[in-house]
Amino acid sequence: MTDLAQTATGAPANEAEANARRRAQVRRSLARRNRAETRFKMLGLGSVLAAMAFVAILFGNILSNGLPAFWQFTLETEITFDPEVINVPDRPVRQAGQSDADYQAEMLGWQRRLAMVNWNRLLIAGVESAMAEDGVTTEIDARSAQSIIDSGARFVLRDMVIADPSIIGQTRRLNLLLSADGDNWAKEKLSRNLPDERQQLSRPARDVIDALMESGSVHRSFAWHIFTNVDSRSSPASAGLAGAFMGSFYMMLVVLLLAVPIGVASAIYLEEFAPKNRVTDLIEVNINNLAAVPSIVFGLLGAAVFINIFHLPLSAPLVGGLVLTLMTLPTVIIATRSSLRAVPPSLRQAALGIGASKTQMVFHHVLPVTYPGILTASILGVAQALGETAPLLLIGMNAFVANIPATPLDQSAALPVQIYLWQGNENRNFFEERTFAAIIVLLALMILLNALAIWLRSRLERKA
Amino acid sequence: MFAKTTSRIAIAAAAGMLLAAPAVAQSRTNLQIAGSSTVLPFASIVAEEFGQAFPEFDTPVVASGGSSGGLRQFCAGVGAETIDIANASRPIKTSEIEACAAAGVTDIREIRIGYDGIVFASSADGAEFALEPRFVYQAIAANLPEGMAQPTMWSDIDPSLPEQRIVMAIPASNHGTREVFEEKVIFPGCEAVMGEDTDHEVCGELRQDNVTEIAGDYTETLARLAADTDTMGVFGLSFYEQNTDTLRVATMEGVTPSLETVASGEYPVSRPLFFYVKGEHIGVIPGIEEYVQFFMSDMMTGMGGRLEEAGLIPAPDAERAEVLENFTNGVSVAQ
Repeated sequence: MTDLAQTATGAPANEAEANARRRAQVRRSLARRNRAETRFKMLGLGSVLAAMAFVAILFGNILSNGLPAFWQFTLETEITFDPEVINVPDRPVRQAGQSDADYQAEMLGWQRRLAMVNWNRLLIAGVESAMAEDGVTTEIDARSAQSIIDSGARFVLRDMVIADPSIIGQTRRLNLLLSADGDNWAKEKLSRNLPDERQQLSRPARDVIDALMESGSVHRSFAWHIFTNVDSRSSPASAGLAGAFMGSFYMMLVVLLLAVPIGVASAIYLEEFAPKNRVTDLIEVNINNLAAVPSIVFGLLGAAVFINIFHLPLSAPLVGGLVLTLMTLPTVIIATRSSLRAVPPSLRQAALGIGASKTQMVFHHVLPVTYPGILTASILGVAQALGETAPLLLIGMNAFVANIPATPLDQSAALPVQIYLWQGNENRNFFEERTFAAIIVLLALMILLNALAIWLRSRLERKA
Repeated sequence: MFAKTTSRIAIAAAAGMLLAAPAVAQSRTNLQIAGSSTVLPFASIVAEEFGQAFPEFDTPVVASGGSSGGLRQFCAGVGAETIDIANASRPIKTSEIEACAAAGVTDIREIRIGYDGIVFASSADGAEFALEPRFVYQAIAANLPEGMAQPTMWSDIDPSLPEQRIVMAIPASNHGTREVFEEKVIFPGCEAVMGEDTDHEVCGELRQDNVTEIAGDYTETLARLAADTDTMGVFGLSFYEQNTDTLRVATMEGVTPSLETVASGEYPVSRPLFFYVKGEHIGVIPGIEEYVQFFMSDMMTGMGGRLEEAGLIPAPDAERAEVLENFTNGVSVAQ
């Protein structure tokens, strides 16, 4: 500053000297400024690399732990639907003139008879037939043979008979899931050197699995049932995510139906219609505060209001959805307001200038421009709600539910809670992998939702 | 236009939901169960099999929350929005019966499903332990007789124990297991160390520096063991049996815990497991009686039944028959 003042008023004789001095000074500081810039660039690059490394470690860990769960060992064998074991009368046929209730009662009775059939005998015979086919001669007792196959296979066989009773007496070639312990053994998750008393399976069962793996009857198949089955504790190998997926789906539906319209409507009112006074200021401050409230607080609120006062059912996706709506609302409101604010005032003035009413201005001119922003905010809000766990634990969604919910009022699990439940399962060797598989499914859904948000935004922005 | 119509739909939906709520609450078609995380695996297996065996009933829903948490929900009142059955790893307390009565729940039927052992286990790579109640007491008690120093290593207590740091992970007081742990290990150990008539309040005070109370389930205890391999954890026998590859179990008074030694009563630290049925809901919520009958059938809780495979120690046939008889006769613990 002083240098500049001097050169402006100084004598011409001093000018060259002053210029040189200035140049030297700039050169000196230039090096310093360049150094600072390089330093900052390096720091920034370093942070990005560190963040990427963390993400890579996280994803690598999840994928390497979880992907094997999508391939489970199965036993391919002949199952004979022995009529002596399946000793049930013919499936009731609807008689002419029979009332609905009578027919249904008869059908129930028939199904109950089927439920009482000792399906394990068919499974044990199945293991034996696979052994005979492959020339495996290990001596195996019935209990050990039964422990090889997942106990859920009983219901697979039963459902086949219910669907087509004529199968009784026939032989079918089936791919049966190995039990959780059998799968652990085949995947070598337990050290093979452990003594017998620390193994989960008996020695003959382990030997038979090894022999059948060698001959190819026991092989890996893609575990589609992870997507189609519900959670199971009785037959862990066949546990799946279908119930949790539907539960999460219903919750997201409730969030979309409530949070988006209510959030957008309040944002429009606050931004375009509401007078600017102390009351609206207060509301604005509170909305911002609400967005920062920890989600577990919403869970407590939900338990107190929806369950204790409104007597909505425990563990229902409807309640979960309502709680998550409360949580998502502030996010949607804030995002919508900021996209409304970004609309240039000229647009509003032009509309008003040619005689549009305020409502017409908002709905015909302002809102269409903000669709991309609102949509993105909504989808991101839903994605955030999809991964939320803590509030759901407080409204009883951490229960063990072995049904696919048919409506949002039926009890259900949810994807993030299912991860939590599987993480706590006592069969660690099997469920550790399965926990990571559930995480992969949840992450895939999140990425899908985020991709949808990006795609919609770019599409709508191009249009607008 | 978009916002207008959708918000109208939303208002209609919200109103519909609130109106529908009481009707929904009245018509619950499945059993709702909550409580002890020790009983949870057994109850879930039975619930699932029940749903498969009885096509006319929905599969019961089983939630966790610990014995105390389950009984608190159980005693919240009568009605479809309250649970029907509370699982517990300890008998119901008088205070809980009173709380139940205050909320209108007076018909509380006790079902004793079988037994479970409580085991002390450490990392499979670690040393072997031969424990006695007095060793455990000395290791973690806050109050020791004068002149007895608080030990830091197990070998400080008795030369037969390994030279390993004392770190214990025990169930927090929301678990029924904690009570059994105190009654069967801490109090007898306390009496051996401090003298016969020591106040249980004095006995029950534990050290803060080497004891971690686990409020979650056994997998949390297992995680502690993995993080610090010196940790000794308290587990249910059924949990231990599923994780024999990572856990090494300690003997208690020279007895190794197993199905046989717990069933015979040789292994000292065992307890009965229960569930409590809300009598007021029988006949209102469909399937309660069938569920209890199915639970206590040979197929489930009998010798060689489904739950024995899962680690429950079956009660003798006569005892199970008596439990069922009391249930059908409507014997309530509140009387």
